[in-house]
Amino acid sequence: MRFIDEFRDPELAQVLAGQILARVEPGRHYKVMEVCGGHTHSIYKYGIDDLLPANVELVHGPGCPVCVIPMGRVDDGIALAHREGVIFTCFGDMLRVPGSHGTLLDAKADGADVRMVYSPLDALRIAKANPERTVVFFAIGFETTAPSTALTLRRAKAERVRNFLCMCNHVTIVPPLRALLESPDLRLDGFIGPGHVCTIVGARPFHFIPADYGRPVVIAGFEPLDVLQAIEMLLAQLAEDRCEVENQYSRVVPPDGNLRALEVLAEVFELRPHFEWRGLGFISHSALRLTEAYRELDAEAYFDVPGVRVADPKACQCGEVLKGVIKPWECKVFGTACTPDHAIGTCMVSPEGACAAYYNFGRLAREREFV
Amino acid sequence: MSTSVREQRILEIIETARSKPARFRDEHVTMAHGAGGKASQALIEGLFVPAFATPALAAMADAASLELGGARLALTTDCFVVRPLRFPGGSIGELAVNGTVNDLAVAGARPAALTVSFVLEEGLSAEALRAEVLAMSEAAREAGVAVVAGDTKVVERGRADGMYICTTGLGVRDERGQLSPAGVRPGDRILVSGPIAEHGTAIMLARGELGLEADIESDTCSLWPAADALLEAAGASLHCMRDATRGGVASVLNELARASSVCMTVSEAAVPVAPAVAGACELLGIDPMYVANEGRLVALVEPEAAPRALEALRALPGCGRAADIGEVGADPPGMVLVRTAFGGRRVMDQLTGDPLPRIC
Repeated sequence: MRFIDEFRDPELAQVLAGQILARVEPGRHYKVMEVCGGHTHSIYKYGIDDLLPANVELVHGPGCPVCVIPMGRVDDGIALAHREGVIFTCFGDMLRVPGSHGTLLDAKADGADVRMVYSPLDALRIAKANPERTVVFFAIGFETTAPSTALTLRRAKAERVRNFLCMCNHVTIVPPLRALLESPDLRLDGFIGPGHVCTIVGARPFHFIPADYGRPVVIAGFEPLDVLQAIEMLLAQLAEDRCEVENQYSRVVPPDGNLRALEVLAEVFELRPHFEWRGLGFISHSALRLTEAYRELDAEAYFDVPGVRVADPKACQCGEVLKGVIKPWECKVFGTACTPDHAIGTCMVSPEGACAAYYNFGRLAREREFV
Repeated sequence: MSTSVREQRILEIIETARSKPARFRDEHVTMAHGAGGKASQALIEGLFVPAFATPALAAMADAASLELGGARLALTTDCFVVRPLRFPGGSIGELAVNGTVNDLAVAGARPAALTVSFVLEEGLSAEALRAEVLAMSEAAREAGVAVVAGDTKVVERGRADGMYICTTGLGVRDERGQLSPAGVRPGDRILVSGPIAEHGTAIMLARGELGLEADIESDTCSLWPAADALLEAAGASLHCMRDATRGGVASVLNELARASSVCMTVSEAAVPVAPAVAGACELLGIDPMYVANEGRLVALVEPEAAPRALEALRALPGCGRAADIGEVGADPPGMVLVRTAFGGRRVMDQLTGDPLPRIC
């Protein structure tokens, strides 16, 4: 595949692996967090770990959209799905996320009309094709997917589609990162920045990380060579005592982001005062809801949503995994009670979740050496 | 205890848990139970096999081996619920013949006779039915199998998607091979009979829900010629064959790795995938190794016999891109690993959930 295989070239990978090795200060342990679940997935899918010396440790961050959805929101979604006349639509991964009494897939088997869509526009299409039903789109994701939801809502409003509603669970990446950096048990040397979020918001929102917390950031793409190069660039900053935001993904990420996308986001969404994150608790100004002008499309305004609050299951340590405090396999229920087919925690559901990525792809002894 | 030792211990605990027979503990049947992955395995191992408790079923082969009046027979059954009924490269009728013929073929049995049951939906056009019956008769003739009995039921409109077809196949086991899912040995080579993932991808695109267009046709065909060629070329060195239907090549390898307590390592770069299929899968975020085939088999062959087995395959029409994609090792037992084209390694586990329902 042109324009893809170039970024998966095994020979170039060996060159980069050599450069990384040369950058590593012998005896020093490096902890680098990849913020985005897309990076976590790439790291395991391509076996990038195998190309790193053992003292470069990759810590998986909170940037998986499915993993941060709390159980209460899933329960709320299931309650809407069971309403008379509702067609409930969402992305495929979301179907398998456990609420306190089962998943949306279970609700579907139980008679609710739950449909998987690939895009919010598919949900709008379903609404137009079924004018006698009410179609709810369960929107999830960071700044990456929020613009497509916003554009869909704008179109629904313009075309006066009366039976389309959005249950908005869009979140923003900076507040949880700040919460993470404030947490006392965290020790990180640098961050691989979320390339696709930056496509929308640009690099500027991440400048607080070097400025306020003294950690370097390299915004990276998602092909395996992108990730390797970002690691090399981070190690170079550390070796040269630099601390800044660099952009490895300049072929896609403009410095100021996508202004048109930001415009439509500002028109359709506003910040919620606070939002509950799986394992991280309530974080202020960390999620989006529909603005007053779009209130008539807001499922939470239209329906009396139960607003369920459910404590995370005791055994589940998703919070620590999302903060990178423990490795997936260090969780008490990992791989035994919690597996991708019977997940307890959200990190075990999405292919971008740290636990699912490790369980599905990474579960083997690595023969890596310390330098 | 050092981190790596602790990690290793936890991995061992997980493998022990995984190697136990799966339990069926869901409250409802979900689409995942039909997807050929972990949930299907739980349903089969946790409900059907213990309930019927017969040795032929417990062997978990594609077709049951029976000895009746001195004859060595193979018996199998399959139902077809594919949507849409017709798709590029095939249709439900053709699939209903080839799917069952292939379950016999990979069990090393020459297909002899088929029975056919139709579940038809009120309102189905006679033309659509006639077309499928003709497709079946054509496929049966090509596969050299006789359709000898049948049944028809009609259900009310809305209670079936046009038509469902069930076929049962009887075959005569070939004397040349000793095939068994538990017969795979360390050292064996893993062969595939051609480019993978074409059937599943063709169906996915034919549904038109993805807004993607590509020139991809289903690979549906009878696998008896390929099975026959492998039996002739490798004889007793051929340890096992499987047709890589739902769940794809990855699921087949996982089942065999578990049944034979061996480890399999696939070289990603050696797996034949047509560029259009690779592109569609890349866009959809689906690994072709998990996508269904309806005319591709996986064969496990002793290393000395592998080159001539591969040569025999490649001489057949449609199998020119047959390939040796990896090898069988001893450790860790029950696992399938991938050497990525990028130079790393990873696990290739059984499928969880269902990326694409109702493809056969």
